[in-house]
Amino acid sequence: MTPPRGFRERLCLMDAARLDRTLSRMAAEICERHPDTARLLLVGVHTRGVPLAQRLAARLPVRPVVGSLDITLYRDDLTTIAPHPLTRGTAIPVAIDGRVVIVVDDVLFTGRTVRAALDELVDFGRPARIELAVLCDRGHRELPIRADYVGETVSTARDEIVEVRLSDEDGEDSVWLLEPAPLPAATPPPPPPVERRPAAKKAPAREAPAKPAARPARAATRRKPAPRRKR
Amino acid sequence: MSAPFPHRHLLGIEPLAAEHVVSVLDTAETMREVLGRPIKKVPTLRGRSVVNLFYEASTRTRSSFEMAERVLSADSLSIATATSSVQKGETLLDTAKNLEAMNPDMIVMRHGSSGAPHFLARHCKAAIVNAGDGFHEHPTQALLDALTLRQKKGRLEGLKVAIIGDVLHSRVARSNALLLAKVGAKPVLCGPPPLLPVGVEQYAPTTTRLDEAIEGADAIMMLRLQRERMSGAFLPSTREYHELYGLTVERVKKAKPDVVILHPGPMNRGVEIASEVADGPYSVILDQVTNGVAVRMAVLYLLLGGSGGEA
Repeated sequence: MTPPRGFRERLCLMDAARLDRTLSRMAAEICERHPDTARLLLVGVHTRGVPLAQRLAARLPVRPVVGSLDITLYRDDLTTIAPHPLTRGTAIPVAIDGRVVIVVDDVLFTGRTVRAALDELVDFGRPARIELAVLCDRGHRELPIRADYVGETVSTARDEIVEVRLSDEDGEDSVWLLEPAPLPAATPPPPPPVERRPAAKKAPAREAPAKPAARPARAATRRKPAPRRKR
Repeated sequence: MSAPFPHRHLLGIEPLAAEHVVSVLDTAETMREVLGRPIKKVPTLRGRSVVNLFYEASTRTRSSFEMAERVLSADSLSIATATSSVQKGETLLDTAKNLEAMNPDMIVMRHGSSGAPHFLARHCKAAIVNAGDGFHEHPTQALLDALTLRQKKGRLEGLKVAIIGDVLHSRVARSNALLLAKVGAKPVLCGPPPLLPVGVEQYAPTTTRLDEAIEGADAIMMLRLQRERMSGAFLPSTREYHELYGLTVERVKKAKPDVVILHPGPMNRGVEIASEVADGPYSVILDQVTNGVAVRMAVLYLLLGGSGGEA
């Protein structure tokens, strides 16, 4: 899977083995807090949250019911998006009244997706409790929201992207930190030796995290605010 | 995977590509889920305003649009021209300009003249949805019929669909024939010669023999005999029409065993359709009504994509 236009891979945060271990740990934490896992309802948020919820459910001693949530109709930025995104559909297979519901998503960023998910869930009834499980918490919250189960906490810059790739959707299991890549045309006064790292294709495991010399180029070439992928 | 919807107005089926028809149907499928919830309301179009402007009588279409607008939390205003200033001689353009001054995001219009919504689209900033114009098109009806067919048959490609009755006066027939041909189904238009207009062959093959149309059909769409539009002597009598073109239990047997029967309503029982058929096991007429709300929600959602900011 190639990064979105204008971005390049900076760091591999999780490889397949690590992602697998992380999910097992999260499942163990869920199990510790809720021993009767048959009574749980795991709800994955489209798109990556759905396979993650299924994987978590498969790791619990008794498989709970898994649903999916499409928060598109509850987004708070619909008045500014054109054309409207296509909907994927919500499926909550059981009554949620009185149940413990665990919302599962891949990345926790601004918290706006979770806000929308909470609004949508309460339209289905009155759960006993709603908890949140995320594979990756990358900070930069815009709402007072926190996760109950976190796979990994990563510090990121606001214009970076945390991209979760899952074999069900993307053909591989990994989590990547992407940084904005200066596009040649977008650099107004190009300093003589233009710094361009080779677009690290499939960097083996972990690239050395900080190459301080390579980064300063970014501040100078920052273009428009980066397109926000993960809300 | 269906494609994003690039249109600003829904004036007819004709300008839509097959993939955009599929986008509307897929979106409508997710909207149906919303209609099945305990709380049938989502905040999607909060603060958006829609004017329903109906120059012709309508129960189903108008209430269906109103319901769709409410479920999506849009603010709606319905104007029936029988009780409006249109009675005092206001022109369509003046009415539209005045409504426009109230800044609606969308105008849903039904009008007796073909092309009236296109005229409105040229003069207004709001998104225009054609809820039926003259003898021309009724796109949301065709979309809801397609959704119903797809649900019942699992597909649209290759289906033989007989569209029977008053083709001349039917915008439903035209929109349906266009849509079905686009998505790879095989529509057949059938009716008595006076009600099969010249040139209609461009939409679909035609026949004047009912049995020929029904033979081996996967679906039958009956059209209402629009007597209010018949100024001349199109038919000797409704009794004779029923004898020759009315859908009876006997005639349904010539179609495939799992045939479904659609009717856009309102039905003339005992004229184009026998009561035993309308209420029979093959009839999906009430599914059409539920799907109507879902399809209109999908159209509202897709057309009212953000106008603030980038546009």
